[in-house]
Amino acid sequence: MAFTAAPTAAGVPAPDRLSQFETDFAGKRRRARRAWGVGALIFALLFGFSAWIGDFFRVTQVTMPDGSRDWRWIIPAGIPRLGEYIVQTFPTLHWDTFWSDFANWFWRWKIWLSLLLETVLIAFMATTLGVAGGFLLSFPAARNLSPNRWVLWLTRRFLEITRTVPDIVWALIFVFCFSVGPLAGILAIGTHATGALGKLYSEANENLDMRPLEGVRAAGGTWFDQIRYGAVPQVLPNIVSYTLLRFELNVRSSSIIGYVGAGGLGQEFRIAMSFQEYTDLSALFLIILVTVIVIDYGSEKLRHKIIGLEERT
Amino acid sequence: MSLTPAQIEAARARAPQAFETPLSLRMRRIALWTGFALLTGYCLWAFDVSPLRIWTGLGRLGDVLGFMFPPYVWKSWAEFSEILKGLGETLSIAFLGTVLGAIVAFPLSFLGAKNINRLNVLRLGVRRGYDVIRAFETLIIALIFIRAFGLGPLAGILAIAISEVGTFAKLFSEAIENTSTRPTDGVRASGGTRLQQIRFGIVPQVNPVILSILLYNFESNVRSGTILGIVGAGGIGFLLSDRIAAYKWDEAWSIIFLIIALVYVIDYFSALIRARIIGNWEGVK
Repeated sequence: MAFTAAPTAAGVPAPDRLSQFETDFAGKRRRARRAWGVGALIFALLFGFSAWIGDFFRVTQVTMPDGSRDWRWIIPAGIPRLGEYIVQTFPTLHWDTFWSDFANWFWRWKIWLSLLLETVLIAFMATTLGVAGGFLLSFPAARNLSPNRWVLWLTRRFLEITRTVPDIVWALIFVFCFSVGPLAGILAIGTHATGALGKLYSEANENLDMRPLEGVRAAGGTWFDQIRYGAVPQVLPNIVSYTLLRFELNVRSSSIIGYVGAGGLGQEFRIAMSFQEYTDLSALFLIILVTVIVIDYGSEKLRHKIIGLEERT
Repeated sequence: MSLTPAQIEAARARAPQAFETPLSLRMRRIALWTGFALLTGYCLWAFDVSPLRIWTGLGRLGDVLGFMFPPYVWKSWAEFSEILKGLGETLSIAFLGTVLGAIVAFPLSFLGAKNINRLNVLRLGVRRGYDVIRAFETLIIALIFIRAFGLGPLAGILAIAISEVGTFAKLFSEAIENTSTRPTDGVRASGGTRLQQIRFGIVPQVNPVILSILLYNFESNVRSGTILGIVGAGGIGFLLSDRIAAYKWDEAWSIIFLIIALVYVIDYFSALIRARIIGNWEGVK
């Protein structure tokens, strides 16, 4: 053992212990540095490779100020174009003719408002669908509640598939099946929400206190009775809070899902993009931004109120 | 031993709510459910949802599901390399988007943390800025970048980076706010400047949290990276929407299952990395 030497009178370690420490420390430092170096190298390689795949080093043709064409790297060439594009989306608002300019900016407001209503209603219906589906499937998908292993496995795989496939891909599929319109959007967002909510709910179920369920079983309750009177009252606050969060996410999803033809404001984005109605884009941005902020704020207030109520009783 | 009626009466007097819900609560519930039913009914009417439409749609969905079998298998290298390139693009979009977003968000997050930035006005302003960035959908940002940088993965990378700046800055600054002041006090006591307090007192505390946020968001960005291609911002989504538009359902389903497999693999590896690097860290949460 290297640590048998007694400390000297002043509490200073003996020289051999000190040198032992020094070598140990140096070794540890060297190993740490080597690990860092290897990690940084792997990271740099990944970064470089992804940057190469991601077109960072592509060159593109740009028009120079004197009208000639020249080759430039894509990022420095694109940034001025991006700036121009964003500037074009700003409406011309003059102070003295503010209201007519404003009306000009939001010239399609009647259509947009009805589409906004459609967007929110799509989100509402999709949330309802997702809550219903996720709630029903969350009990067979919870390890502690599932009636048997096969049901557990099947529901879990089903929930995984529905939530891994993005809602816009579901929309592409459902637009084919149910034709263009809000129905496809509802089903698409609802399917995705079923998977996402089913996972969250079933995790809430797995954290249940099992004693109430045992009580119901002891009193002769069936599996359904156990779920109904033992599990549901316990998970209800969690469910409400996840549902409100999901509603916010669904409003965002439904605002863009129209891009593939599934109803809501997204289709106006597509129209404005293809007709190069730049100021429409900023107007649509504003509409969605305000809606999302209002819904975020409202559901946060509601959630706090509900959770607060639960804590008091 | 059974209960006598008198005992039941006594229990009812002690806890009336266990036997009957009060009228006001019942009325509120009825009102809530009626409102819900009316709204649902209105939606069904407004969106023209009829049983017939659902039925025909489900029939076609059944057809589409039927096309899953036999699943399409890419035989030649030319076909297969295209799919592989799409997957690689999706991964590089998610990776670079996450990394670039984090690089920009890290310094910004200190501006939004209560224990670093003591100027209330500036801090709250910066925080609203994060919220505004998060309010924009990644897909819409991608559409704008496509105009500037052309079709391809670059637009997708920048779109994810921008939207992640808002998310990361918020999450990082919350992590910074949750740090303990004792390490900072120690650095100050031994004469450290403000910058050194941050570097040696706060950064080591938040590093594991930041790493776990990064891994988690990388996973979620792989998911969102798969759809950016639908609007033309590169990745596997372009191939998928292309196959669906051409009604090549068997190939589309194969791509969907490939995406699911990819997400699985990434979940697995990031869980591995998280366990390796962070372990069961019980520091700042």
